[in-house]
Amino acid sequence: MRLRSTMFGEVYDFGSIKEVLAKANEPKSGDQQAGIAARSAAERVAAREVLAEIPLSALRENPAVPYEIDEVTRVIDDAVNETVYSEIKGWKVGDFREWILANSTTGDMIKRASTALTGEMVAGVTKLMSNMDLIVGAKKIEIVKHCVNTIGRRGTIASRLQPNHPTDSVEGIRAATYEGLSFGSGDSVIGINPSDDSVSSVSRLLEMTKEVIDTWEIPTQNCVLAHITTQMECLKRGAPVGLMFQSLAGSQKANEGFGISVGLLDEASALAKKHCWPAGPNYLYFETGQGTALSADAHYDADQLTMEARIYGLAKRYDPYQVNTVVGFIGPEYLYDSVQITRAGLEDHFMGKLTGLSMGCDVCYTNHAKATQNEIENLMVLFAAAGGSFIMGIPMGDDSMLSYQTTSFHDIASIRQAMDLRPLPEFEAWLEGIGLWKDGQLTAAAGDASFFLRR
Amino acid sequence: MSDLETLVARVLAELRSSDAAGAGSAVGTTPTARPQQAATASGSDLDIDVPDPTGEAGRLRIGVANPVDADALGNLRRTTSARLAVGRAGPRPRTGSLLLFQADHAVTQDAIYGVVREETKAAHDLFSVTSQAEDRQTYLLRPDLGRRLSDAAKAEIDKRCKKGVDVQIVVGDGLSAAAIDNNLADILPVITQGLSSAGFSIGTPFFVTNCRVGVMNDINAIVRAKVLLLLIGERPGLGIADAMSAYMGYDPQPGKTDADRDLICMITRGGGTNPLEAGAYIVEVIKRMMKHQASGVRLREIVGEE
Repeated sequence: MRLRSTMFGEVYDFGSIKEVLAKANEPKSGDQQAGIAARSAAERVAAREVLAEIPLSALRENPAVPYEIDEVTRVIDDAVNETVYSEIKGWKVGDFREWILANSTTGDMIKRASTALTGEMVAGVTKLMSNMDLIVGAKKIEIVKHCVNTIGRRGTIASRLQPNHPTDSVEGIRAATYEGLSFGSGDSVIGINPSDDSVSSVSRLLEMTKEVIDTWEIPTQNCVLAHITTQMECLKRGAPVGLMFQSLAGSQKANEGFGISVGLLDEASALAKKHCWPAGPNYLYFETGQGTALSADAHYDADQLTMEARIYGLAKRYDPYQVNTVVGFIGPEYLYDSVQITRAGLEDHFMGKLTGLSMGCDVCYTNHAKATQNEIENLMVLFAAAGGSFIMGIPMGDDSMLSYQTTSFHDIASIRQAMDLRPLPEFEAWLEGIGLWKDGQLTAAAGDASFFLRR
Repeated sequence: MSDLETLVARVLAELRSSDAAGAGSAVGTTPTARPQQAATASGSDLDIDVPDPTGEAGRLRIGVANPVDADALGNLRRTTSARLAVGRAGPRPRTGSLLLFQADHAVTQDAIYGVVREETKAAHDLFSVTSQAEDRQTYLLRPDLGRRLSDAAKAEIDKRCKKGVDVQIVVGDGLSAAAIDNNLADILPVITQGLSSAGFSIGTPFFVTNCRVGVMNDINAIVRAKVLLLLIGERPGLGIADAMSAYMGYDPQPGKTDADRDLICMITRGGGTNPLEAGAYIVEVIKRMMKHQASGVRLREIVGEE
């Protein structure tokens, strides 16, 4: 195998497809930390020159982790539609990019091609895309899923209401839930990150949120983002679970670090279909984020973008209601600053959509990353422009439990007003019915948590 | 009078009226209403003296205009430290809550990119060494380098420190210079006095710049103390930028991990464990380590067995 390009008279040789993929990546501190990033800006482009000429078949045949030792690779490869694959396997990555962007290529055509894609192909084409390419490409792909609500329709953007509390106080979480609902947040899910992962505490939060949903007849679903085994136990004991949640990683070894396997996820998915209370059929909610495999030393010298793309291939097996890339949570040793965080958010959204997933983004940062709320607001706008399915809603964007900053209740109302986007249809009708939303904006009654004390 | 001046005067007037009304019960004026005219007519006799909005009263202040139930809203607000009942200006936050958020974030940035004051180190006779992370950017990008001592640091420690003592105390900047500047003077005397009264020998204390917790292993490979205590700045959260952690390990050596250490976190006068109390507690933990010659998971197993 020869993988060589020449630029300005300089010859660049690459030892493997994995090396080409890693060096073609936009700069990421995680890839630098792993020692696999391009050593110069020129080498980065030289790698892209090679990548553009690689046929999709070579990417399938050279997965980041071998088929024999990794169940994530097996899940993705086994799911490839061979008929569609035989049509596209000879496409070069550079041509694949142009095909996605061509005005003659429709969203449905992309969705058909998607049935033959592996994570490495998705990652490969993403590395050749500029930020605007990622927006234009993703915008074409409408992925609609249904649980209680219908998420993903063009022209809508949803918000996960994240009413976390440092010690899981039921009353504190209820108060934050009321505040979020009063701003029109909560149509993607009312989803709590618990600090206590016990079955009893998680069940208590599931029951409280279900009670709020029932009392106010809110068209949405609830979720407590405990470990999936905890949620399975809650379900078995009769607790009201709307969506089943789990964080995923891009290799079997990294997933073992999360305490999960394909077998366990299969079991959870079957249990959700049997016991979750909403209509479905999409009952799962996954979270991802570049850098997780490296942090578990389970990246096999592959770059963090490629490992992320593989997560989407795994997620697709479960036809989830929504997938969320928690883009800036991991810290500056993986995504150093707002430039890298912005890029990763757009990449992940595009890759998820290309894989066939309803994609949200926790547009966020930690205090030791070089970012401020202004840059988070910028990415939120870019994400909405790309057709992103949902963002987070947290009181003033400051999570009182997880100590990071993300998008706020105000932000979801703002992005809808500024970009003429709507809440999810069932939820919008509900908001209008109770008088919090009219003609595409908040009414005078909105933004007041005590509104919800009347029932 | 400029719009900005009008705005500042209005915010000031609101803050004063909310102070008069008492914490948590004041209800904001309608933000969509036309800004009120300030009492002062020209810039020359402006007298602006904004009270500190970062205290509890400022944080609990209700910003919602005309709530359905103002008392109940105050009660909801007090159920959580989350920033609730802040109100809005159209879909955006009100000016006061926007600036309070910015104030909270600003002190985290100053803490992370700040440098521990020379006076702080001098007051406790701490000499300084640096990890293999030579500057702040490298430190943030490469946690592995912050866990290792540079060759110069190793030589300096070897030259200046007593060897084979019972307890070696090390101070590191970590992710918050403010944590060290604000807490060291309180916590260190309590620890040294407590350890001395317990009859333990104490090594030569020093300071590590661009320090991560794992550097404990490299340090003890040189000083060979029985117990190593590292006081280090935590990653600042919004609103609390000066929290310190105390990591303690029995016989730390290369290869030891967090499972081999004991930790007291959130040491700060601003809503965490008071540094004086934390110092006393640290002494108790070290006594236990010395008694059982163990730390971390192993120590908990031994203590659990008793």
